[in-house]
Amino acid sequence: MSDAPTTTGTPAATADEVPFIQDEAPFIQDEAPFIEFVGVRKAFGEKVIYDDLTLSVRRGETLTILGGSGTGKSVMLKLLIGLVRADSGSIRFDGQELHGRSEEALLPVRRRISMLFQGGALFDSLSVGENVAYPLREHFRLSDAELAERVKKKLALVGLPGIEHMRPAELSGGMRKRVAIARAIAADPEVLLYDEPTTGLDPINTRRINELIRSIQRDLHVTSLVVTHDMASAFMVSDRMAMLADRRIRATLSRDAFRRSSDPAIYDFVHAMSSTDEAPLDSLSTPEHAARSDVPQPKGVSR
Amino acid sequence: MAQAPSPSHRQLSPIVWMARFLRAVGGVSLLAGQTLRSAVRGGFSGPWARRELLYQLETVGIRSLTIAILTAAFSSMVMTVQFAVQMTRFGVKEYVSSVVSLSLVRELGPALTALMVGGRVGAGIAAELGSMRVTEQVDAIRAMGADPVRKLVVPRVAATTLALPLLTVFADILGVLGAMVVARIDSGVGMTLFLESMLRSVTLEDVMHGLVKTVFFGFLLGIIACYKGLSTSGGTEGVGRATTETVVITSLVTLCVDFILTNLLLGFGL
Repeated sequence: MSDAPTTTGTPAATADEVPFIQDEAPFIQDEAPFIEFVGVRKAFGEKVIYDDLTLSVRRGETLTILGGSGTGKSVMLKLLIGLVRADSGSIRFDGQELHGRSEEALLPVRRRISMLFQGGALFDSLSVGENVAYPLREHFRLSDAELAERVKKKLALVGLPGIEHMRPAELSGGMRKRVAIARAIAADPEVLLYDEPTTGLDPINTRRINELIRSIQRDLHVTSLVVTHDMASAFMVSDRMAMLADRRIRATLSRDAFRRSSDPAIYDFVHAMSSTDEAPLDSLSTPEHAARSDVPQPKGVSR
Repeated sequence: MAQAPSPSHRQLSPIVWMARFLRAVGGVSLLAGQTLRSAVRGGFSGPWARRELLYQLETVGIRSLTIAILTAAFSSMVMTVQFAVQMTRFGVKEYVSSVVSLSLVRELGPALTALMVGGRVGAGIAAELGSMRVTEQVDAIRAMGADPVRKLVVPRVAATTLALPLLTVFADILGVLGAMVVARIDSGVGMTLFLESMLRSVTLEDVMHGLVKTVFFGFLLGIIACYKGLSTSGGTEGVGRATTETVVITSLVTLCVDFILTNLLLGFGL
Protein backbone atom coordinates (compact mmCIF):
# COMPACT_ATOMS: atom_id res chain seq x y z
CA MET A 1 0.00 0.00 0.00
CA SER A 2 1.36 3.37 -0.96
CA ASP A 3 1.74 5.92 1.75
CA ALA A 4 2.20 8.88 -0.53
CA PRO A 5 -0.78 11.21 -0.66
CA THR A 6 -2.73 9.90 -3.63
CA THR A 7 -6.14 10.24 -5.09
CA THR A 8 -7.46 7.46 -7.22
CA GLY A 9 -10.85 6.77 -8.70
CA THR A 10 -13.58 9.26 -9.34
CA PRO A 11 -16.47 10.50 -7.29
CA ALA A 12 -18.64 8.22 -9.34
CA ALA A 13 -16.54 5.16 -8.52
CA THR A 14 -18.44 1.97 -7.87
CA ALA A 15 -18.33 0.20 -4.55
CA ASP A 16 -15.53 -2.07 -5.78
CA GLU A 17 -13.47 0.87 -7.00
CA VAL A 18 -13.24 2.69 -3.74
CA PRO A 19 -11.18 5.86 -3.95
CA PHE A 20 -8.14 5.75 -1.68
CA ILE A 21 -7.19 9.22 -0.57
CA GLN A 22 -4.60 10.15 1.98
CA ASP A 23 -4.43 13.77 2.94
CA GLU A 24 -1.86 15.34 5.17
CA ALA A 25 -2.88 15.26 8.81
CA PRO A 26 -1.62 18.03 11.10
CA PHE A 27 0.19 15.84 13.66
CA ILE A 28 1.73 13.19 11.41
CA GLN A 29 5.41 12.81 12.29
CA ASP A 30 6.46 10.21 9.75
CA GLU A 31 5.11 8.96 6.43
CA ALA A 32 6.33 5.39 6.94
CA PRO A 33 3.73 2.96 8.26
CA PHE A 34 3.88 2.77 12.05
CA ILE A 35 1.16 0.15 12.39
CA GLU A 36 0.24 -2.23 9.59
CA PHE A 37 -2.35 -4.96 9.15
CA VAL A 38 -1.64 -6.95 5.98
CA GLY A 39 -3.94 -9.69 4.72
CA VAL A 40 -5.22 -10.49 8.20
CA ARG A 41 -7.78 -13.26 8.55
CA LYS A 42 -9.75 -13.88 11.72
CA ALA A 43 -12.73 -16.11 12.42
CA PHE A 44 -14.58 -17.01 15.61
CA GLY A 45 -15.75 -20.56 14.94
CA GLU A 46 -17.79 -20.48 11.76
CA LYS A 47 -18.11 -16.70 11.74
CA VAL A 48 -15.45 -15.04 9.61
CA ILE A 49 -14.69 -11.54 10.89
CA TYR A 50 -11.96 -10.57 8.41
CA ASP A 51 -10.76 -12.44 5.37
CA ASP A 52 -8.28 -9.93 3.97
CA LEU A 53 -7.85 -7.01 6.30
CA THR A 54 -5.24 -4.47 5.26
CA LEU A 55 -4.67 -1.12 6.93
CA SER A 56 -1.74 1.21 7.45
CA VAL A 57 -1.43 3.83 10.19
CA ARG A 58 1.22 6.54 10.27
CA ARG A 59 3.03 7.76 13.34
CA GLY A 60 1.29 10.67 15.03
CA GLU A 61 -2.08 10.48 13.28
CA THR A 62 -5.52 9.74 14.64
CA LEU A 63 -7.27 7.16 12.52
CA THR A 64 -10.87 6.30 13.20
CA ILE A 65 -12.32 2.93 12.27
CA LEU A 66 -16.00 3.03 11.45
CA GLY A 67 -18.38 0.24 10.69
CA GLY A 68 -21.67 -1.32 11.66
CA SER A 69 -22.25 -3.33 14.79
CA GLY A 70 -20.64 -6.75 14.73
CA THR A 71 -18.21 -5.97 11.90
CA GLY A 72 -15.20 -6.49 14.15
CA LYS A 73 -14.04 -2.94 14.88
CA SER A 74 -13.01 -3.66 18.46
CA VAL A 75 -11.39 -6.94 17.41
CA MET A 76 -8.91 -4.92 15.32
CA LEU A 77 -7.69 -3.11 18.43
CA LYS A 78 -7.48 -6.37 20.37
CA LEU A 79 -5.50 -7.98 17.54
CA LEU A 80 -2.98 -5.17 17.69
CA ILE A 81 -2.40 -5.44 21.42
CA GLY A 82 -2.47 -9.25 21.34
CA LEU A 83 -5.65 -9.85 23.32
CA VAL A 84 -7.02 -11.73 20.31
CA ARG A 85 -4.87 -13.78 17.92
CA ALA A 86 -5.19 -13.56 14.12
CA ASP A 87 -5.60 -16.79 12.16
CA SER A 88 -3.20 -15.62 9.45
CA GLY A 89 -1.69 -12.49 7.93
CA SER A 90 0.74 -9.95 9.27
CA ILE A 91 0.38 -7.33 12.01
CA ARG A 92 3.39 -5.03 12.27
CA PHE A 93 4.14 -2.34 14.81
CA ASP A 94 7.13 -0.06 14.26
CA GLY A 95 8.61 -2.61 11.87
CA GLN A 96 8.22 -5.56 14.26
CA GLU A 97 5.98 -8.51 13.45
CA LEU A 98 3.43 -9.16 16.21
CA HIS A 99 1.51 -12.08 14.73
CA GLY A 100 2.39 -15.31 16.49
CA ARG A 101 4.17 -13.67 19.43
CA SER A 102 3.84 -15.22 22.87
CA GLU A 103 2.34 -13.31 25.81
CA GLU A 104 5.84 -12.73 27.14
CA ALA A 105 7.13 -11.43 23.81
CA LEU A 106 4.18 -9.03 23.65
CA LEU A 107 5.12 -7.32 26.93
CA PRO A 108 7.44 -4.71 25.36
CA VAL A 109 4.68 -3.89 22.86
CA ARG A 110 2.12 -3.47 25.63
CA ARG A 111 4.46 -1.03 27.27
CA ARG A 112 4.24 1.17 24.14
CA ILE A 113 0.57 0.61 23.22
CA SER A 114 -2.24 1.38 25.62
CA MET A 115 -5.96 0.74 25.32
CA LEU A 116 -9.08 2.49 26.55
CA PHE A 117 -11.80 -0.14 26.92
CA GLN A 118 -15.43 0.53 26.07
CA GLY A 119 -16.70 0.46 29.64
CA GLY A 120 -13.48 1.87 31.10
CA ALA A 121 -12.56 -1.49 32.66
CA LEU A 122 -11.47 0.22 35.88
CA PHE A 123 -10.69 -2.18 38.71
CA ASP A 124 -13.55 -1.91 41.19
CA SER A 125 -11.43 -3.17 44.08
CA LEU A 126 -8.87 -0.36 43.70
CA SER A 127 -9.15 3.37 44.24
CA VAL A 128 -8.90 5.81 41.33
CA GLY A 129 -5.29 6.57 42.25
CA GLU A 130 -4.37 2.87 42.41
CA ASN A 131 -6.06 2.33 39.04
CA VAL A 132 -4.02 5.08 37.39
CA ALA A 133 -0.86 3.83 39.09
CA TYR A 134 -1.41 0.24 37.88
CA PRO A 135 0.51 0.44 34.57
CA LEU A 136 3.24 2.51 36.26
CA ARG A 137 3.78 -0.22 38.84
CA GLU A 138 3.94 -2.80 36.05
CA HIS A 139 6.42 -0.99 33.85
CA PHE A 140 8.54 1.19 36.13
CA ARG A 141 10.25 1.04 39.50
CA LEU A 142 9.04 4.23 41.11
CA SER A 143 8.90 5.32 44.71
CA ASP A 144 5.49 5.93 46.29
CA ALA A 145 6.10 9.69 46.12
CA GLU A 146 6.96 9.54 42.41
CA LEU A 147 3.93 7.38 41.75
CA ALA A 148 1.65 9.77 43.59
CA GLU A 149 3.09 12.70 41.66
CA ARG A 150 2.58 11.05 38.28
CA VAL A 151 -0.94 9.94 39.16
CA LYS A 152 -1.77 13.47 40.27
CA LYS A 153 -0.41 14.89 37.00
CA LYS A 154 -2.36 12.48 34.80
CA LEU A 155 -5.61 13.04 36.66
CA ALA A 156 -5.12 16.80 36.32
CA LEU A 157 -4.51 16.31 32.58
CA VAL A 158 -7.96 14.74 32.16
CA GLY A 159 -9.55 17.45 34.28
CA LEU A 160 -10.13 15.38 37.43
CA PRO A 161 -7.61 16.59 40.01
CA GLY A 162 -7.82 15.38 43.60
CA ILE A 163 -10.02 12.31 43.15
CA GLU A 164 -7.27 9.75 43.86
CA HIS A 165 -9.05 8.33 46.89
CA MET A 166 -12.45 7.87 45.29
CA ARG A 167 -13.68 4.44 44.20
CA PRO A 168 -14.73 3.75 40.58
CA ALA A 169 -18.26 2.98 41.80
CA GLU A 170 -18.57 6.57 43.04
CA LEU A 171 -17.85 8.07 39.60
CA SER A 172 -20.25 9.07 36.83
CA GLY A 173 -19.95 7.51 33.35
CA GLY A 174 -18.01 10.47 31.97
CA MET A 175 -15.65 10.54 34.95
CA ARG A 176 -15.00 6.81 34.63
CA LYS A 177 -14.05 7.29 30.97
CA ARG A 178 -11.69 10.12 31.87
CA VAL A 179 -10.06 8.14 34.68
CA ALA A 180 -9.67 5.27 32.21
CA ILE A 181 -7.97 7.69 29.81
CA ALA A 182 -5.69 8.87 32.64
CA ARG A 183 -4.76 5.23 33.29
CA ALA A 184 -4.22 4.63 29.57
CA ILE A 185 -1.78 7.54 29.27
CA ALA A 186 -0.11 6.96 32.67
CA ALA A 187 2.88 5.08 31.25
CA ASP A 188 3.29 7.58 28.37
CA PRO A 189 2.43 5.18 25.55
CA GLU A 190 3.23 5.88 21.90
CA VAL A 191 -0.08 4.47 20.68
CA LEU A 192 -3.52 4.80 22.22
CA LEU A 193 -6.38 2.54 21.21
CA TYR A 194 -9.85 3.92 21.97
CA ASP A 195 -12.73 1.43 21.93
CA GLU A 196 -16.01 3.37 21.62
CA PRO A 197 -14.76 6.25 23.81
CA THR A 198 -18.03 8.21 23.76
CA THR A 199 -20.62 5.42 23.89
CA GLY A 200 -23.26 6.02 26.53
CA LEU A 201 -22.17 9.57 27.35
CA ASP A 202 -24.26 12.74 27.27
CA PRO A 203 -23.39 15.42 24.66
CA ILE A 204 -21.30 17.50 27.07
CA ASN A 205 -19.20 14.56 28.20
CA THR A 206 -18.95 13.35 24.60
CA ARG A 207 -17.52 16.70 23.57
CA ARG A 208 -15.17 16.71 26.57
CA ILE A 209 -13.82 13.25 25.68
CA ASN A 210 -13.41 14.24 22.02
CA GLU A 211 -11.44 17.33 23.02
CA LEU A 212 -9.35 15.21 25.34
CA ILE A 213 -8.51 12.76 22.55
CA ARG A 214 -7.44 15.65 20.34
CA SER A 215 -5.41 17.34 23.05
CA ILE A 216 -3.66 14.08 23.96
CA GLN A 217 -2.64 13.65 20.34
CA ARG A 218 -1.48 17.27 20.09
CA ASP A 219 0.35 17.53 23.42
CA LEU A 220 1.66 13.98 23.89
CA HIS A 221 2.24 13.19 20.18
CA VAL A 222 0.41 9.92 20.50
CA THR A 223 -0.71 7.85 17.52
CA SER A 224 -4.38 7.03 18.04
CA LEU A 225 -6.74 4.40 16.67
CA VAL A 226 -10.34 5.16 17.52
CA VAL A 227 -13.18 2.70 17.07
CA THR A 228 -16.58 4.32 17.07
CA HIS A 229 -19.93 4.48 15.35
CA ASP A 230 -20.47 8.06 16.54
CA MET A 231 -19.99 10.08 13.34
CA ALA A 232 -19.86 13.44 15.09
CA SER A 233 -17.02 12.23 17.30
CA ALA A 234 -15.27 10.64 14.36
CA PHE A 235 -15.28 13.87 12.36
CA MET A 236 -14.05 15.80 15.38
CA VAL A 237 -11.08 13.64 16.35
CA SER A 238 -9.89 12.04 13.11
CA ASP A 239 -7.12 12.83 10.70
CA ARG A 240 -8.20 9.90 8.57
CA MET A 241 -11.15 7.54 8.67
CA ALA A 242 -11.38 3.89 7.64
CA MET A 243 -14.57 2.07 6.77
CA LEU A 244 -14.80 -1.56 7.85
CA ALA A 245 -17.31 -3.55 5.81
CA ASP A 246 -17.53 -6.88 4.01
CA ARG A 247 -14.83 -8.37 6.28
CA ARG A 248 -12.15 -5.91 5.16
CA ILE A 249 -11.22 -2.26 5.23
CA ARG A 250 -13.25 -0.90 2.37
CA ALA A 251 -11.64 2.54 2.21
CA THR A 252 -9.23 4.75 4.14
CA LEU A 253 -9.86 8.41 3.48
CA SER A 254 -9.10 11.81 4.87
CA ARG A 255 -11.83 13.27 7.05
CA ASP A 256 -13.16 15.53 4.27
CA ALA A 257 -12.90 12.86 1.58
CA PHE A 258 -14.81 10.50 3.85
CA ARG A 259 -17.60 13.02 4.26
CA ARG A 260 -17.81 13.48 0.48
CA SER A 261 -17.37 9.83 -0.46
CA SER A 262 -19.83 8.31 -2.90
CA ASP A 263 -19.02 4.76 -1.84
CA PRO A 264 -22.49 3.42 -1.01
CA ALA A 265 -21.40 1.87 2.29
CA ILE A 266 -19.76 5.09 3.47
CA TYR A 267 -22.45 7.34 2.05
CA ASP A 268 -25.21 5.37 3.78
CA PHE A 269 -23.27 5.31 7.03
CA VAL A 270 -22.47 9.03 7.06
CA HIS A 271 -25.90 10.16 5.93
CA ALA A 272 -27.90 7.71 8.02
CA MET A 273 -26.07 8.97 11.07
CA SER A 274 -26.29 12.64 10.22
CA SER A 275 -29.96 12.43 9.26
CA THR A 276 -30.70 10.69 12.55
CA ASP A 277 -28.68 13.28 14.43
CA GLU A 278 -30.21 16.26 12.69
CA ALA A 279 -33.84 15.17 12.35
CA PRO A 280 -36.06 17.20 14.64
CA LEU A 281 -38.11 15.07 16.96
CA ASP A 282 -41.38 16.52 15.76
CA SER A 283 -40.58 15.42 12.19
CA LEU A 284 -41.52 11.95 13.32
CA SER A 285 -45.07 13.07 13.74
CA THR A 286 -45.57 14.81 10.37
CA PRO A 287 -48.80 13.85 8.55
CA GLU A 288 -46.78 12.00 5.85
CA HIS A 289 -44.94 10.03 8.47
CA ALA A 290 -48.01 9.36 10.54
CA ALA A 291 -49.96 8.21 7.48
CA ARG A 292 -47.55 5.36 6.89
CA SER A 293 -48.88 2.38 8.70
CA ASP A 294 -45.50 0.59 8.72
CA VAL A 295 -43.77 3.34 10.70
CA PRO A 296 -44.01 2.76 14.44
CA GLN A 297 -45.56 5.70 16.25
CA PRO A 298 -43.74 7.32 19.14
CA LYS A 299 -45.62 6.99 22.40
CA GLY A 300 -48.02 9.84 23.03
CA VAL A 301 -48.33 10.79 19.37
CA SER A 302 -51.92 10.78 18.22
CA ARG A 303 -53.10 11.07 14.64
CA MET B 1 -46.39 -20.09 21.90
CA ALA B 2 -43.70 -22.50 22.91
CA GLN B 3 -40.27 -20.95 22.96
CA ALA B 4 -37.17 -22.65 21.60
CA PRO B 5 -34.89 -23.80 24.40
CA SER B 6 -31.90 -21.58 25.05
CA PRO B 7 -28.48 -23.07 24.23
CA SER B 8 -27.71 -23.64 27.90
CA HIS B 9 -30.88 -25.68 28.36
CA ARG B 10 -30.54 -27.76 25.22
CA GLN B 11 -30.08 -31.48 25.68
CA LEU B 12 -26.43 -32.26 25.06
CA SER B 13 -25.39 -35.42 23.26
CA PRO B 14 -23.01 -37.67 25.24
CA ILE B 15 -20.19 -36.90 22.80
CA VAL B 16 -20.59 -33.12 23.17
CA TRP B 17 -20.87 -33.51 26.94
CA MET B 18 -17.70 -35.60 27.05
CA ALA B 19 -15.85 -33.11 24.81
CA ARG B 20 -16.83 -30.25 27.12
CA PHE B 21 -15.85 -32.23 30.18
CA LEU B 22 -12.43 -33.07 28.76
CA ARG B 23 -11.90 -29.46 27.66
CA ALA B 24 -12.74 -28.27 31.17
CA VAL B 25 -10.38 -30.82 32.75
CA GLY B 26 -7.67 -29.71 30.33
CA GLY B 27 -8.34 -26.05 31.10
CA VAL B 28 -8.22 -26.58 34.86
CA SER B 29 -5.00 -28.63 34.56
CA LEU B 30 -3.40 -25.95 32.39
CA LEU B 31 -4.39 -23.21 34.83
CA ALA B 32 -3.06 -25.28 37.74
CA GLY B 33 0.29 -25.60 35.95
CA GLN B 34 0.44 -21.88 35.15
CA THR B 35 -0.45 -21.02 38.75
CA LEU B 36 2.26 -23.21 40.24
CA ARG B 37 4.83 -21.87 37.76
CA SER B 38 3.84 -18.30 38.44
CA ALA B 39 3.93 -18.83 42.23
CA VAL B 40 7.42 -20.35 42.02
CA ARG B 41 8.65 -17.51 39.76
CA GLY B 42 7.99 -14.84 42.36
CA GLY B 43 4.21 -14.67 42.38
CA PHE B 44 4.31 -13.19 45.90
CA SER B 45 7.06 -10.65 45.37
CA GLY B 46 6.30 -6.96 45.72
CA PRO B 47 4.19 -5.17 48.31
CA TRP B 48 1.00 -5.33 46.22
CA ALA B 49 1.20 -9.10 45.80
CA ARG B 50 1.68 -9.60 49.54
CA ARG B 51 -1.15 -7.20 50.34
CA GLU B 52 -3.43 -9.06 47.94
CA LEU B 53 -2.50 -12.40 49.51
CA LEU B 54 -3.28 -11.06 53.01
CA TYR B 55 -6.60 -9.66 51.77
CA GLN B 56 -7.52 -13.01 50.22
CA LEU B 57 -6.48 -14.86 53.38
CA GLU B 58 -8.80 -12.62 55.34
CA THR B 59 -11.65 -13.13 52.85
CA VAL B 60 -11.23 -16.88 52.58
CA GLY B 61 -10.01 -17.66 56.07
CA ILE B 62 -11.16 -15.26 58.78
CA ARG B 63 -14.55 -14.55 57.21
CA SER B 64 -15.22 -18.29 56.83
CA LEU B 65 -14.30 -19.14 60.41
CA THR B 66 -17.84 -18.89 61.80
CA ILE B 67 -19.40 -21.12 59.17
CA ALA B 68 -16.59 -23.68 59.53
CA ILE B 69 -16.74 -24.00 63.32
CA LEU B 70 -20.55 -23.93 63.53
CA THR B 71 -20.80 -26.68 60.92
CA ALA B 72 -18.26 -28.87 62.73
CA ALA B 73 -19.69 -28.20 66.19
CA PHE B 74 -23.29 -29.04 65.30
CA SER B 75 -22.31 -32.07 63.21
CA SER B 76 -20.25 -33.54 66.05
CA MET B 77 -22.97 -32.77 68.59
CA VAL B 78 -25.57 -34.59 66.48
CA MET B 79 -23.19 -37.51 66.02
CA THR B 80 -22.60 -37.68 69.77
CA VAL B 81 -26.33 -37.87 70.45
CA GLN B 82 -26.83 -40.59 67.83
CA PHE B 83 -23.82 -42.70 68.82
CA ALA B 84 -24.49 -42.33 72.53
CA VAL B 85 -27.97 -43.85 72.16
CA GLN B 86 -26.70 -46.81 70.12
CA MET B 87 -23.58 -47.44 72.19
CA THR B 88 -25.46 -47.28 75.50
CA ARG B 89 -27.43 -50.29 74.26
CA PHE B 90 -24.22 -52.26 74.03
CA GLY B 91 -22.83 -50.83 77.27
CA VAL B 92 -19.88 -49.07 75.66
CA LYS B 93 -21.01 -45.46 75.84
CA GLU B 94 -17.58 -44.34 77.13
CA TYR B 95 -16.26 -45.09 73.64
CA VAL B 96 -18.51 -42.44 72.10
CA SER B 97 -15.62 -39.98 72.50
CA SER B 98 -13.26 -42.15 70.42
CA VAL B 99 -15.79 -42.75 67.64
CA VAL B 100 -16.87 -39.13 67.34
CA SER B 101 -13.35 -37.68 67.58
CA LEU B 102 -11.90 -40.09 65.04
CA SER B 103 -14.75 -39.46 62.61
CA LEU B 104 -14.33 -35.76 63.08
CA VAL B 105 -10.58 -35.37 62.60
CA ARG B 106 -10.19 -37.97 59.84
CA GLU B 107 -13.28 -37.30 57.78
CA LEU B 108 -16.07 -34.99 58.86
CA GLY B 109 -13.98 -32.00 59.84
CA PRO B 110 -12.05 -31.80 56.55
CA ALA B 111 -14.94 -32.77 54.26
CA LEU B 112 -17.62 -30.58 55.86
CA THR B 113 -15.26 -27.61 56.10
CA ALA B 114 -14.31 -28.02 52.44
CA LEU B 115 -17.95 -28.30 51.38
CA MET B 116 -19.22 -25.35 53.43
CA VAL B 117 -16.26 -23.02 52.85
CA GLY B 118 -16.05 -24.19 49.25
CA GLY B 119 -19.62 -23.14 48.61
CA ARG B 120 -19.09 -19.74 50.13
CA VAL B 121 -15.62 -18.95 48.82
CA GLY B 122 -15.91 -20.72 45.47
CA ALA B 123 -19.06 -18.80 44.59
CA GLY B 124 -17.42 -15.54 45.63
CA ILE B 125 -14.27 -16.12 43.56
CA ALA B 126 -16.20 -17.23 40.46
CA ALA B 127 -18.58 -14.27 40.69
CA GLU B 128 -15.79 -11.74 41.21
CA LEU B 129 -13.54 -13.03 38.41
CA GLY B 130 -16.54 -13.63 36.15
CA SER B 131 -17.62 -10.02 36.57
CA MET B 132 -14.07 -8.85 35.89
CA ARG B 133 -14.02 -10.99 32.77
CA VAL B 134 -17.29 -9.69 31.28
CA THR B 135 -16.41 -6.06 32.07
CA GLU B 136 -13.03 -6.47 30.30
CA GLN B 137 -11.03 -5.92 33.50
CA VAL B 138 -9.12 -9.16 32.86
CA ASP B 139 -8.30 -7.95 29.33
CA ALA B 140 -7.21 -4.63 30.83
CA ILE B 141 -4.74 -6.43 33.10
CA ARG B 142 -3.24 -8.20 30.07
CA ALA B 143 -3.25 -5.03 28.00
CA MET B 144 -1.23 -3.27 30.71
CA GLY B 145 1.45 -5.93 30.46
CA ALA B 146 0.48 -7.81 33.62
CA ASP B 147 -0.31 -11.50 33.98
CA PRO B 148 -3.88 -12.25 35.18
CA VAL B 149 -2.77 -15.63 36.54
CA ARG B 150 -0.18 -13.96 38.74
CA LYS B 151 -2.42 -11.05 39.72
CA LEU B 152 -5.71 -12.86 40.25
CA VAL B 153 -5.27 -16.62 40.45
CA VAL B 154 -2.08 -17.06 42.51
CA PRO B 155 -3.26 -15.10 45.60
CA ARG B 156 -6.69 -16.73 45.59
CA VAL B 157 -5.40 -20.28 45.17
CA ALA B 158 -2.69 -19.67 47.78
CA ALA B 159 -5.33 -18.36 50.17
CA THR B 160 -7.69 -21.32 49.73
CA THR B 161 -4.79 -23.80 50.00
CA LEU B 162 -3.46 -22.21 53.19
CA ALA B 163 -6.77 -21.31 54.80
CA LEU B 164 -8.61 -24.61 54.49
CA PRO B 165 -6.22 -26.65 56.71
CA LEU B 166 -6.21 -23.85 59.31
CA LEU B 167 -10.00 -23.64 59.27
CA THR B 168 -10.15 -27.42 59.64
CA VAL B 169 -7.96 -27.26 62.75
CA PHE B 170 -10.41 -24.80 64.32
CA ALA B 171 -13.35 -26.92 63.14
CA ASP B 172 -11.79 -30.04 64.72
CA ILE B 173 -11.21 -28.27 68.04
CA LEU B 174 -14.70 -26.77 68.24
CA GLY B 175 -16.22 -30.03 67.05
CA VAL B 176 -14.54 -31.98 69.87
CA LEU B 177 -15.57 -29.36 72.43
CA GLY B 178 -19.18 -29.52 71.23
CA ALA B 179 -19.19 -33.31 71.38
CA MET B 180 -17.69 -33.21 74.87
CA VAL B 181 -20.38 -30.87 76.18
CA VAL B 182 -23.21 -32.90 74.64
CA ALA B 183 -21.72 -36.19 75.89
CA ARG B 184 -21.63 -34.73 79.41
CA ILE B 185 -25.16 -33.32 79.37
CA ASP B 186 -26.91 -35.96 77.28
CA SER B 187 -25.15 -39.19 78.22
CA GLY B 188 -23.43 -38.38 81.49
CA VAL B 189 -19.94 -39.07 80.10
CA GLY B 190 -17.57 -36.98 82.18
CA MET B 191 -15.26 -34.52 80.48
CA THR B 192 -12.13 -36.14 81.89
CA LEU B 193 -13.25 -39.57 80.69
CA PHE B 194 -14.13 -38.09 77.31
CA LEU B 195 -10.69 -36.48 76.90
CA GLU B 196 -8.79 -39.54 78.14
CA SER B 197 -10.68 -41.80 75.77
CA MET B 198 -10.12 -39.41 72.89
CA LEU B 199 -6.38 -39.03 73.52
CA ARG B 200 -6.01 -42.83 73.70
CA SER B 201 -7.60 -43.32 70.28
CA VAL B 202 -6.82 -40.21 68.22
CA THR B 203 -3.19 -39.96 67.10
CA LEU B 204 -1.25 -37.24 65.31
CA GLU B 205 -1.43 -39.41 62.16
CA ASP B 206 -5.23 -39.22 62.30
CA VAL B 207 -5.11 -35.44 62.45
CA MET B 208 -2.56 -35.30 59.64
CA HIS B 209 -4.68 -37.62 57.52
CA GLY B 210 -7.46 -35.06 57.65
CA LEU B 211 -5.26 -32.01 57.19
CA VAL B 212 -3.33 -33.40 54.20
CA LYS B 213 -6.64 -33.88 52.42
CA THR B 214 -7.68 -30.28 53.05
CA VAL B 215 -4.56 -28.99 51.27
CA PHE B 216 -5.76 -30.74 48.10
CA PHE B 217 -9.36 -29.63 48.67
CA GLY B 218 -8.23 -26.02 49.07
CA PHE B 219 -6.02 -26.05 45.97
CA LEU B 220 -8.71 -27.63 43.80
CA LEU B 221 -11.38 -25.28 45.16
CA GLY B 222 -9.28 -22.23 44.27
CA ILE B 223 -8.27 -23.47 40.81
CA ILE B 224 -11.77 -24.58 39.78
CA ALA B 225 -13.38 -21.34 41.02
CA CYS B 226 -10.75 -19.23 39.21
CA TYR B 227 -11.09 -21.28 36.03
CA LYS B 228 -14.87 -20.92 36.01
CA GLY B 229 -14.59 -17.19 36.69
CA LEU B 230 -11.96 -16.53 34.03
CA SER B 231 -13.79 -18.57 31.39
CA THR B 232 -17.10 -16.78 31.96
CA SER B 233 -18.91 -15.56 28.88
CA GLY B 234 -22.40 -14.28 28.19
CA GLY B 235 -22.61 -11.19 30.38
CA THR B 236 -24.34 -11.15 33.74
CA GLU B 237 -26.26 -14.34 32.96
CA GLY B 238 -22.90 -16.01 32.37
CA VAL B 239 -21.64 -14.80 35.75
CA GLY B 240 -24.65 -16.38 37.47
CA ARG B 241 -24.15 -19.62 35.58
CA ALA B 242 -20.43 -19.75 36.39
CA THR B 243 -21.15 -19.15 40.08
CA THR B 244 -23.74 -21.92 40.32
CA GLU B 245 -21.59 -24.37 38.38
CA THR B 246 -18.63 -23.62 40.61
CA VAL B 247 -20.55 -24.56 43.77
CA VAL B 248 -21.82 -27.79 42.23
CA ILE B 249 -18.49 -28.80 40.68
CA THR B 250 -16.34 -27.99 43.72
CA SER B 251 -18.72 -29.96 45.99
CA LEU B 252 -18.65 -33.00 43.72
CA VAL B 253 -14.90 -32.78 43.22
CA THR B 254 -14.38 -32.52 46.99
CA LEU B 255 -16.39 -35.71 47.60
CA CYS B 256 -14.71 -37.64 44.76
CA VAL B 257 -11.19 -36.53 45.69
CA ASP B 258 -11.94 -37.29 49.35
CA PHE B 259 -12.72 -40.89 48.44
CA ILE B 260 -9.58 -41.25 46.31
CA LEU B 261 -7.27 -39.53 48.80
CA THR B 262 -8.62 -41.48 51.77
CA ASN B 263 -7.78 -44.74 50.02
CA LEU B 264 -4.38 -43.47 48.91
CA LEU B 265 -3.44 -42.18 52.36
CA LEU B 266 -4.57 -45.41 54.02
CA GLY B 267 -2.38 -47.21 51.49
CA PHE B 268 0.55 -45.11 52.70
CA GLY B 269 -0.31 -45.99 56.30
CA LEU B 270 -1.68 -42.57 57.22
